[in-house]
Amino acid sequence: METMSFLIDGFGVALAPHNLMFALLGAFLGTLIGGLPGLGPANGVAILIPLAFSLGLAPETALIMLTAVYAGAMYGGRISSILLNIPGDEPAMMTCLDGYPMAQKGKAAEALAISAVASFMGSLIATVGLILLAPLLARFALTFGPAEYFALFLLAFATLGGITGKNPMKTVVAAAIGLMIATVGIDNTGVQRFTFEILELYEGVDFIIAIVGLFAVSELLFFIEERAGGGKAKMVVNKLKLSWKDIRDIMPSSIRGGVLGFIAGVLPGAGASLGSFISYTLEKRVLGRKGNFGEGDPRGVAAPEAGNNGASSGALVPMLTLGVPGSGTTAVLLALLISLNITPGPLMFTQNADIVWGVIAALLVGNFLLLVLNIPLVGIFVRLLSVPPMYLLPIVTMVAFVGIYSISNTTFDLYFMVAFGVAGYVFRKLEIPLVPIILGLLLGPEMEKNLGHALEISDGDWTVLWSSGLAIGLWTFAIVGLLLPTIVGPILRRRMRQQVGVAA
Amino acid sequence: MILFPSPARTINGKTTMPIRMPLKLFAAAALTLVSSMAMAFEPQGKVECLAPADPGGGWDFTCRSIGKVLEDLHLVPRNVQTINMAGAGGGVAYAHTVSKRAGDEQLLVAASTATTTRLAQGQFHGMNADMVNWIGAVGADYGIIAVSKDSKYRDLPALMDALKKDPRSVKFAGGSAKGGWDHLKVLIAAKAAGVEKLPRISYLSYNNGGEAMTQVVGGHVDAFTGDISEAQGFMKSGDLRVLAVLSEKRLPGDFSDIPTAREQGIDALGPNWRGFYMPADVSDEAKQYWIDAMDTVYDSEEWQSVMTRNGLMPFHMSADEFENFVKSQIQSIEDLSKDIGLIR
Repeated sequence: METMSFLIDGFGVALAPHNLMFALLGAFLGTLIGGLPGLGPANGVAILIPLAFSLGLAPETALIMLTAVYAGAMYGGRISSILLNIPGDEPAMMTCLDGYPMAQKGKAAEALAISAVASFMGSLIATVGLILLAPLLARFALTFGPAEYFALFLLAFATLGGITGKNPMKTVVAAAIGLMIATVGIDNTGVQRFTFEILELYEGVDFIIAIVGLFAVSELLFFIEERAGGGKAKMVVNKLKLSWKDIRDIMPSSIRGGVLGFIAGVLPGAGASLGSFISYTLEKRVLGRKGNFGEGDPRGVAAPEAGNNGASSGALVPMLTLGVPGSGTTAVLLALLISLNITPGPLMFTQNADIVWGVIAALLVGNFLLLVLNIPLVGIFVRLLSVPPMYLLPIVTMVAFVGIYSISNTTFDLYFMVAFGVAGYVFRKLEIPLVPIILGLLLGPEMEKNLGHALEISDGDWTVLWSSGLAIGLWTFAIVGLLLPTIVGPILRRRMRQQVGVAA
Repeated sequence: MILFPSPARTINGKTTMPIRMPLKLFAAAALTLVSSMAMAFEPQGKVECLAPADPGGGWDFTCRSIGKVLEDLHLVPRNVQTINMAGAGGGVAYAHTVSKRAGDEQLLVAASTATTTRLAQGQFHGMNADMVNWIGAVGADYGIIAVSKDSKYRDLPALMDALKKDPRSVKFAGGSAKGGWDHLKVLIAAKAAGVEKLPRISYLSYNNGGEAMTQVVGGHVDAFTGDISEAQGFMKSGDLRVLAVLSEKRLPGDFSDIPTAREQGIDALGPNWRGFYMPADVSDEAKQYWIDAMDTVYDSEEWQSVMTRNGLMPFHMSADEFENFVKSQIQSIEDLSKDIGLIR
């Protein structure tokens, strides 16, 4: 029952007028960014981080706004899936299958409304799961010593393929680049590495600068290259006709999707794409011939949406309790936490209880806001998504520059950010995924430190690394996690592609 | 270090601050004139406080909370703007103050023992303590050495005896880098207790005190070295047993049952003070104004309640006394760092 009182306090934080206002702003911007084809939630959050800094927000307000962006981006991804058959992000791919056919039948408004309700259900279920599971896991985290943490980070790297991998080799290259950048700075024993006596490099490379450069600035460079001033194809939405019965009909699908999505989200490396995929396929299995999947079945819209929203909240569990992100977007959120001087882990639930529970409460509040935003106001989003990027991206870039400058007040960081932007552009051209770079940068120093500590404690005895049951378990999972996606991944992806291909 | 003090909200508070009446401002200014000898200097317009770290840390807290009290006491005409300039453990801000802000009479920079430690170990490349003006300290967080509740060590001498037999028998965890203040506190205590082979003592560095404490409470590392304010949570829950506080006498309030190292026969002190410096080449009047302002702040009810809320202990020095303290602390840290081979 301690959880309840913390949660009530959390609502006190989340419902404070200015926090509520920023949650609304975040939800709105998140939906918008999520809806832009190609800009996923990780980019969305990365692009909006500087906004939080340039507004000079208090830590809890910044986090609340960005979790609202995160949740909003998951909602937004469905808009272009349904209307244009172009997924806003990878997890929204499955929504195309039945969403686009529905829109073609002139039921676009219904598809958008149903998917909003399903998204809401998915997030709600997963947030309740987060509330129940996170404090338990946080207590459990006390049993993690250096050896266990080392194995855990190894697990996170081993399962990287599940997050991004189209080409496993490029994922490895990306992670290695991240690890290399992470070695810059004064290391754990006080030795300077690659600092060249430049004071700004003593503390290593700031994650936030790297993230904003890699994601936001490179996006601008892509835009300049494409000169896509013309805007997107026109999207039309009919008038909404939705009865309670329609909502009741999709409830079982949404609940199943939400639960499955949550489980997929909690597992490291699985992420939202898997959540929406298994939710959809399960739904198809369960309903069998009773549904007309692929031809515009509302349940085929509900299940994957509930699944990917469930997974996105589920991914917060390992991030908050152990500091290991379960998805690309949570990696970005983790970087934000660290730069706000909040260390994720068991202590955060006691020392920064107001922030953690404020954020969790904000997820719940944000969900209601998003539901309200997404049913009656969906027309506004559709119209805004037709705004040509030539107006949108310069604003984004300006916010990025102001935000980064306000963190440290040195121009050095701005040059650094631009350099990362150019690097990000090159990486994306080479199809090297960006998320593993961020993970390498984030987790590399921690992994190295824990290895060092484990060996210091054991006075140099390497067997300490697999001396506890927990550590052995983690090593086993890491090996399974490394091998499984290379076997199952291509099969899964092919089936996903096939189904999308058939539907389109 | 309390990571999330409420004063961080002052950023938003900007909008809610009433526009001060000129009369009140005049009265406040007059009071300051009477109370101090500094007739010539009055801060005009914006005053800046430079926090050499990201938002949320100890220096950020020092700036934001002192800024708030300066505003409340009308010692500044408008607001105090906190500027974060992270990098090199304060080195970037120090270099900025020395090279770009000399003569700026409206700039305060937050400092603490971490600043003197890095100065002593030559980590601010080519810079030393004479290049800035030391204004004053407004509180301190005292060092502690603690173990988990299941530990076999019941007091500080027992722990030190174990170290005397084998310097690697007890592993310490702390929130500062190797050679940083948390590490030095262990060495100060060990040296005072007569432990030999100081460089052999094992110290594990974590990102912050909280992380280090979790490892100690979880039974992975033997002992914790940190500041008293960091340990409040785990002390209350009973998971952490504080063996000694490194203060001159016992701390007030809830902390009064924690023995000092001194009363256990180990003469070790470890105050982590919080204070400010200013750029060089400022006028004597300006320097005096800020020294007096810090004295006024320290004595105010507003600041005393900030201290109680955030676990800061009484510790106040200003002007020459503070400057001498800073220099002698730098000297002793330098000596100790040489002893253990951190620097040559």
